Amino acid sequence: MGGDFWCVFLWHGSNESLPSAEAVMFLKFSLRSVFYGAGGGNDIQWCFSQVKGAVDDDVAEADIISTVEFNHSGELLATGDKGGRVVIFQQEQENKTQSHSRGEYNVYSTFQSHEPEFDYLKSLEIEEKINKIRWLPQKNAAQFLLSTNDKTIKLWKISERDKRPEGYNLKEEDGRYRDPTTVTTLRVPVFRPMDLMVEASPRRIFANAHTYHINSISINSDYETYLSADDLRINLWHLEITDRSFNIVDIKPANMEELTEVITAAEFHPNSCSTFVYSSSKGTIRLCDMRASALCDRHSKLFEEPEDPSNRSFFSEIISSISDVKFSHSGRYMMTRDYLSVKIWDLNMENRPVETYQVHEYLRSKLCSLYENDCIFDKFECCWNGSDSIVMTGSYNNFFRMFDRNTKRDITLEASRENNKPRTVLKPRKVCASGKRKKDEISVDSLDFNKKILHTAWHPKENIIAVATTNNLYIFQDKMN
Amino acid sequence: MAAPLGTGAFTEETGRDKQAAQPEPGAEPKGKYPGLGLRPGGAEFLMRRLQKGQKYFDSGDYNMAKAKMKNKQLPSAGPDKNLVTGDHIPTPQDLPQRKSSLVTSKLAGVCWNVALPSGGSCILLGHFLRGS
Repeated sequence: MGGDFWCVFLWHGSNESLPSAEAVMFLKFSLRSVFYGAGGGNDIQWCFSQVKGAVDDDVAEADIISTVEFNHSGELLATGDKGGRVVIFQQEQENKTQSHSRGEYNVYSTFQSHEPEFDYLKSLEIEEKINKIRWLPQKNAAQFLLSTNDKTIKLWKISERDKRPEGYNLKEEDGRYRDPTTVTTLRVPVFRPMDLMVEASPRRIFANAHTYHINSISINSDYETYLSADDLRINLWHLEITDRSFNIVDIKPANMEELTEVITAAEFHPNSCSTFVYSSSKGTIRLCDMRASALCDRHSKLFEEPEDPSNRSFFSEIISSISDVKFSHSGRYMMTRDYLSVKIWDLNMENRPVETYQVHEYLRSKLCSLYENDCIFDKFECCWNGSDSIVMTGSYNNFFRMFDRNTKRDITLEASRENNKPRTVLKPRKVCASGKRKKDEISVDSLDFNKKILHTAWHPKENIIAVATTNNLYIFQDKMN
Repeated sequence: MAAPLGTGAFTEETGRDKQAAQPEPGAEPKGKYPGLGLRPGGAEFLMRRLQKGQKYFDSGDYNMAKAKMKNKQLPSAGPDKNLVTGDHIPTPQDLPQRKSSLVTSKLAGVCWNVALPSGGSCILLGHFLRGS
């Protein structure tokens, strides 16, 4: 390893007394950081924690993971897949004997959220794929989440049952009714503990409000309303009311021949309950204020970066399409993901982003083949860490990237079963764009474009991340000393 | 009549562009990318995006197309099944098999799914999963 070599060279060249072991270790570590360009927030060392899902390479379409989301406390982690199923994992309580790692995530609940449907009027089939899951903040013992496919949003209640009533007078233990004439004594039924049962039941179904395909749902900070966005329209719902929805954005042109852009993502501001943003396929973001008018067709702010003329190509518009938009926890910034980069915008500045991070710039020369194999249309998501200091997004070859906004350092890691031992620190990866490939680097042409990480999530409070490959869910944690 | 920016099929515009004072920005000669028929960002391109999902035979569309075409022969389903079915009639062989996925997700490993009368489901977590 290069770092070790440097360390030995310096040591032998020194005329002073031999450095202590601690000094040597420090030198090794800092040189290694320089060599690898390791970044990620005060040098977080990411370790493998768990992986969920089947090992086999033959992936059934239903098993393709389509969304990943932590709840507000981070205790629960939900995934949705192409088969319309939701799986929820729960973090184990901290174990005093295992102080060197945080609790593991184990299956808590799983249910079939959406089923395939058929629109008879248009002769179109409606996929059951879960496009998004969003958690409601917890108000009582039960947990609630919204899950959506292309057409229908559902509110699910997940509740625990750990006691059951026993000792009825008129019912046997197995549920059969007793003949009242045989009852000679009376007793008071009591609740007795039982094996924990986790129940998921659909409490609301919000249907028939979208002509086009729903791409986003976002819960308002008032915790009473939420928005759902499709390609051309955004609707506002009340969580209690399923038969009515307000249309707040409509960009459908009178003549469809004049269609120039579609809505790609939308989100409510985390603190301001009348503010939301939506992004477009043309790379713009519009911020709207619902206090201004009932129909927010006219934006309050328009965020758009002028195009770099030197980068103009046939594919410019396609790669400028924004696939995800996320507000920072503070509400001051928002992040957008387009095909090649992640941009951080200050809500106070519309004419350009304040930060731009290149995710995989080496793909710019490969856009033609990426168009031919449809990869150029892949919709990558992005996420913030709890303190808004680091942002993360996925790439190809099961690589994912993190950018530290403070140190300006970035790191590329891989989600792979090869790094399977818990508490093994992940080795940073590097892609060689052109020229001579160094050892441990991977060349652009060797990248596997079928192994894409589209969905990632960051625990709201801790350095725990969930990374979804095609059909597996990886959980990584920072190394605890 | 020049088509507005961002609309219309790609092939129709290249002819006009040669006469226009300023070529349409981003319009590459078709020869450079022979496989790419649609101009990205154009209305037709976007409308394809809106029309996601398998469309099946629609007798209404079929009869409308038949009335429009009259003497011309109706084209059968081509390799691209994503176009509006009005002009293309899919045959049963062209339809992909529809698979139901009512099995437990592999992410969940081993657990028992119990159907509730309310339409939901619950799973029973035994001691070995929860860890007592």
